[in-house]
Amino acid sequence: MSSKVGTDIAINGDGAVALAWKQINPDVVAAYPITPQTIIVEDFSKYVANGEVDTEFIDVESEHSALTLCSTSSSAGARTFTATASQGLAYMWEMLPITAAMRVPVMMAVANRTVSGPININNDHGDVMSARDTGWLSIFAENVQEAYDMSIIGPRIAEHHEVQLPILVNLDGFILTHAIERMTPLDTQHVRDFVGEFKPLYPLLDTDHPVTHNLMDGPLFYFPHKYQMVVAMNKALDVAREVFAEFAKISGREYHMVEEYRCDDADYIAIVLGSSFGTMKQAVDNLRDEGMKVGVAMPRVYRPWPADEIAALCKGKKAVIVMDRHLSIGAYGPMFPEVCASIAVNGKMPEMYNFIYGLGGADTMVSDFMSVYKTVEAGKANTINYLGVKE
Amino acid sequence: MVNLADYKEMIIGSRVIEPGNSEKFRTGDWRSQVPVIDKSICISCLSCWIDCPDNCIVVDEDGLVDVKTTHCKGCGICSQVCPKDAITMKEDIA
Ligand code: SF4
Ligand code: SF4
Repeated sequence: MSSKVGTDIAINGDGAVALAWKQINPDVVAAYPITPQTIIVEDFSKYVANGEVDTEFIDVESEHSALTLCSTSSSAGARTFTATASQGLAYMWEMLPITAAMRVPVMMAVANRTVSGPININNDHGDVMSARDTGWLSIFAENVQEAYDMSIIGPRIAEHHEVQLPILVNLDGFILTHAIERMTPLDTQHVRDFVGEFKPLYPLLDTDHPVTHNLMDGPLFYFPHKYQMVVAMNKALDVAREVFAEFAKISGREYHMVEEYRCDDADYIAIVLGSSFGTMKQAVDNLRDEGMKVGVAMPRVYRPWPADEIAALCKGKKAVIVMDRHLSIGAYGPMFPEVCASIAVNGKMPEMYNFIYGLGGADTMVSDFMSVYKTVEAGKANTINYLGVKE
Repeated sequence: MVNLADYKEMIIGSRVIEPGNSEKFRTGDWRSQVPVIDKSICISCLSCWIDCPDNCIVVDEDGLVDVKTTHCKGCGICSQVCPKDAITMKEDIA
C-alpha cells in the first residue's frame, strides 16, 4: 500500500504551489509572469513541457487576459488555475468581481507583494487587500508547507456546489515564494483522490444543455445575485471547516478557520496574517519566558471573514492588537475595523490597537513584534500605530 | 419596500439555462410612454410594423394595425415613421 505522505523535500513556496498543481493536474492554466509569482508558472510550464501533466497551458499577453481566459475556461467546464501578484492582480481587477459573479471556481495563487508606488517589489498585503471586496474566497499560508497544503485545499472549498466562488491562495512574496524550506508533500494519488474530479455547474461545453453565462442584470436581479454570493460565502465557512477536517485525515496536519497560539490564558493577543504569524509565535515565546501573558492568532480564511471565531478568541482579553500589512490611507489597516466589528456585535470591547507594519517589505523581526506587545502593555500605544515610522 | 426578485429561485452566476426565454423578458416594464393609434387616419401602410425594433406592431386579418404592449419600450419610432401622424405617444400610467 502506498503511503499517504511522501518523503520530505527542500523547496521554495512557489515551487510548492507548482508541485501541488502538478499533482492535481488541472485542465487549464493561464498566466502572465510577474515577480514573485514567476517561479510557479516557470516550474509548472516545465511539467507541461515534460508531459508530466496534460494541462492546457496558455501564455497570454497580460494578466487581464489571463483572468478573462480563466473565467471563461472555467465556465466551459475546465478546472482552471492561475497565479499573479501586485500590479498583476491590479491589472486583473476589472475581471475579479466579474469572475466571482460568474460563480466559477477558478483558483489563483497570489504571491503577495505591495502595489507600487513608489515603485517597490517587496512583500506586503496591499495587493490582496485591494481585492478583498470582489467576492473571492481568500486563504493564507504561514509557511511553504502551508502554501502547498492550501493549494490542495483551495479547489475543494471553491468547487463545492453550494459555494462555487473563485479562491485566492495567499503566500508572502519572497519570504515564502523564494525561501527554501523543508516540506512533506502528499502522495500524488492521494492528492488526486482528495481533490477529486471537477464537476462544473451548467458548463458551456455541455451542448446537450445549452446555457448562456454572464448576462446583464437589471436592478431586479443584480442585488439578489449579490445576495446569493453572500449565502455562498456563509456556506463556505462550514465547507472550509469540513475540508480542513478531511485534509487532517490524509496529511496529519490540522488547520482551523482561525489558528491560535498560546491565546487561551493570554491577556494580550495579536491577530496577524501570513508568514508573520510564525515570527510572532517566536515573539510570544520570548515574552512568555519574561512572564508576559501574550498570544497570537491568524485568520486562516480571510474571506469569508470568520467573525464568530474572532469574537470568541477576543472575549475577555485585556487588549487586542491587530497587525495589518496594508494601510487604507486615511483610515486604518483593513483588518482592524473587521476585528472591531466582530467583537462589537458580539460583546464587550477590550482595548483595541492597530499596528501597521512591514509595508513594501520593511523587515519586521521577532524583537519588533515583542516591542508591539510591550508598547501596548506599557499603555504607550495609540489606536493606530505605524511600526518603525518616525512620526 | 423595493420589490426584488427572489434569490432562491434564481440560477447562480447570472446564467440562463433555458434557451429562448427572452420572450418572457417583459421589456415593456421600462416604458414611460405608449403609442396610441388613431385607426380613423391609418392607411395600413405598415411602416410602423416594419420599423418597430421590438415586433410590437401586430396586424389583424383585415390588415389593421395595433400595438402589443408587453415588449413595447415606448421608443416612439413608430410615431416618427408614420406618414399620416396616426400614432401619438401618450404617457403610460398603467
Ligand atoms: S414605441 Fe417603439 S417599441 Fe413601441 S410600438 Fe412604437 S416602435 Fe415599437
Ligand atoms: S405607419 Fe401610420 S399609417 Fe402606416 S400602418 Fe402604421 S399607423 Fe398606419
